[in-house]
Amino acid sequence: MSALIDFGNVWKEYGDQVVLERLNLKVQAGEFCTIVGASGCGKTTLLRMLLGVEEPTRGQILLDGRRLSAEPGPDRGIVFQRYSVFPHLTVLRNVMLGLELKGARLTGHLFGAARRRAREQAHQMLASVGLDQALDKYPSELSGGMQQRLALAQSLVMHPRILLLDEPFGALDPGIRRDMHRLVLDLWTRNDLTVLMITHDLKEGFYLGTRLLVFDKLRHDPQAPDRYGAGITYDLPVGQADRLLFEEIRRDVEQPEPEPVQAECC
Amino acid sequence: MKRLINQQPSRFLGVTLGLLPFVLLVVVYAVASGARLAENADDKLLPSFASFGEAIHRMAMEPNKRTGEILLWTDTWASLGRLATGVGLSALIGLVFGIALGALPLARAGLAPLVASLSLIPPMALLPILFILFGLGELSKVVLIVFGTAPFIVRDMQQRVQELPRELLVKAQTLAGNSWQIVLRVILPQVLPRLVDAVRLSLGAAWLFLIAAEAIASTEGLGYRIFLVRRYLAMDVILPYVAWITLLAYLTDYILRLVSRLAFPWYGEGAKEGT
Repeated sequence: MSALIDFGNVWKEYGDQVVLERLNLKVQAGEFCTIVGASGCGKTTLLRMLLGVEEPTRGQILLDGRRLSAEPGPDRGIVFQRYSVFPHLTVLRNVMLGLELKGARLTGHLFGAARRRAREQAHQMLASVGLDQALDKYPSELSGGMQQRLALAQSLVMHPRILLLDEPFGALDPGIRRDMHRLVLDLWTRNDLTVLMITHDLKEGFYLGTRLLVFDKLRHDPQAPDRYGAGITYDLPVGQADRLLFEEIRRDVEQPEPEPVQAECC
Repeated sequence: MKRLINQQPSRFLGVTLGLLPFVLLVVVYAVASGARLAENADDKLLPSFASFGEAIHRMAMEPNKRTGEILLWTDTWASLGRLATGVGLSALIGLVFGIALGALPLARAGLAPLVASLSLIPPMALLPILFILFGLGELSKVVLIVFGTAPFIVRDMQQRVQELPRELLVKAQTLAGNSWQIVLRVILPQVLPRLVDAVRLSLGAAWLFLIAAEAIASTEGLGYRIFLVRRYLAMDVILPYVAWITLLAYLTDYILRLVSRLAFPWYGEGAKEGT
């Protein structure tokens, strides 16, 4: 069975600075991967390459066996930590927007029966994230957690092949975050999604999803910290990791590396 | 006693303090005017309030003996018409070019240096050229206003478009948007309230260019009138006209603010610093 996402020996460099090196990764349809790593260690770069806003320096990324287009498209949904929803549209119209853009290439507005269908579809999607009480509110009237629910609904109504989450709950309170975890797991099972989620919170990585990917440097040159890029240091099925391993990864991820030259990171 | 930086005026005190300078100005004027008139009853420099009343009555209520028109209204409509045409054109140019420059890197590469150069030309230096090219009629005055305000609006709009979070544009692309749709449904509606802000800011400059153009070549208009009666030292006409222009400027600004609030209810709360 061929993988949904296939990274083939991908490198990413900015000038002399190597961010990612020799990255080989296959993700099957239906997986829920969480990605952790010290800040700046290439995990956001990975996501940006998947999204299409950056291109790999070497190697290739395949989606469904085809080369990934080098700009964002409707096959990949995204929820950022902030600025994922449109401030000038109400909740309902935020979710309708994707359907309208897909359905009316010239005007970007649907009318008549098509509009009613889109409205109905958006309404259902909003109900499934628990926002059907706030249809006519503007995003600025919503709490941070509700805004992220809206962002999820907005992406999912398009039925993307993969859903990318860039620290989506990083700015939320712990209690709200737990609710959001439940919601994401629920949406994932009900919609047969493939999810890649970046997180700072290692616990989140351990308990959410099916697979944990840890990014860190594979080799180190103390004289030239930018010389080598990061790669995948752990690739674990979630649920099999024990306490000791958790502690070990936590040390890798959360502690600043003792380097003679303090670089920005990777 | 609280520190001075922590003392907030009550509502009543705030209004009183706000009115106080105006009252003081009027009192100072009245005293100075009274003193001058006591010395020379024909003094024209600081006319009494009674002669203001007469002048206003003459200009705003009675038809002119020669033309049969009420001069204040003729002047006002002529000036407001020019102002609206000029500023309206500027806003349209600003919107179209600003969005193109802000949203399309290719348009930016091609046009940004030209816009930057045009915006450095002092518009008043162009006035003779405009009079030569377009004659002394309405067109040259409108074009002067456009030249004076459009480059600012274009650059401001470009800035606003580029300030939109990249995330929103990426998100719109993942929602199947093409360039045109993203301009239409994501960029345009978000910069429209910014356009109203930019127009409000450029109105001061627009009045400046309008009055300058009217002063030099015109047969009617608020600027024309005050420069015309200057020959007779008619302060009793000039000062009420200046006050009237100020009031018009304030009202225009107020209406634009109101329009912005009603048309863009999402804009404002936490989205930008207040005014």
